[in-house]
Amino acid sequence: MDVRLINPFVMSVKRVFETMVHVKMTVGKPYIKPENGNSADVSGIIGFSGDLAGCVVISFSHDVACKAASQFAGIEIDEKHPDFADAIGELANMVAGNAKKEFTDVNIRISLPSVIIGNSFTVSGSKSAPRIVIPCQCELGELFVEVAMEPSGSSETNSTQANQAVGV
Amino acid sequence: MKVLLVDDSRTIRNIQKTVLAQIGHTDILEAGDGIEALKVLETQTPDLMLVDWNMPNMDGITLIRKVRETNKKTPIIMCTTEAQKERVIEAIKAGVNNYVVKPFNVESLAEKIDQTMSKLQPSG
Repeated sequence: MDVRLINPFVMSVKRVFETMVHVKMTVGKPYIKPENGNSADVSGIIGFSGDLAGCVVISFSHDVACKAASQFAGIEIDEKHPDFADAIGELANMVAGNAKKEFTDVNIRISLPSVIIGNSFTVSGSKSAPRIVIPCQCELGELFVEVAMEPSGSSETNSTQANQAVGV
Repeated sequence: MKVLLVDDSRTIRNIQKTVLAQIGHTDILEAGDGIEALKVLETQTPDLMLVDWNMPNMDGITLIRKVRETNKKTPIIMCTTEAQKERVIEAIKAGVNNYVVKPFNVESLAEKIDQTMSKLQPSG
């Protein structure tokens, strides 16, 4: 596990949630996602391309996602609210964008966010890059930041990894 | 003061509206991407624009370059997650007056708006 790839996301998720959701985030020890591990109800996904390719996925339970979206937007938001997916996508966008600035010597572009809302699903991606899970805990509950990144060209699949992650 | 907010996230536009209301600005125009913003600018003349970078259809940097072809005056603040130095330089070259990195808090956004507008005031 390359900490140089993971630390920017650890710092970023703390910064974004403390500034925009007004909660203090405690980050646990990152681990490699096991096969069929960590199911989620709501995920915000951002793809990376450029010198490094891959994606970051922020996954929540229904309850934590609604609480996070509400505190972020400053209004009560449930999953039926028209701004629910927008709020989750924007949180993912800020986590990805903020982490990106720590990669100073490489050129990376980030995609627009995709949001999946369902019940106990798993987001899968390329088999070539291990998916690192950063478990995060705050007063709203638990959420997971999953990062899969690798240098472009190291895999024939990596340029399409973000697309695979969102099933397109 | 009339402010045009250009961001594909309605949540962010709502947060920006709340900040602007707190500093006394409630005359707000909104657009969800660069194309929509250009449409708004056909009929409206804002006193300030807040522009996101990454948006569908037309991104913020393209919008700013298009606006600056004919309008050098309207102050523009870029409000984006793009925080790398090269991106900030690119935005300044395109003609932004100020730059706010997301995530932002109420104070930092309000301060950048104040800073931007006060630079435009004619010095006595």
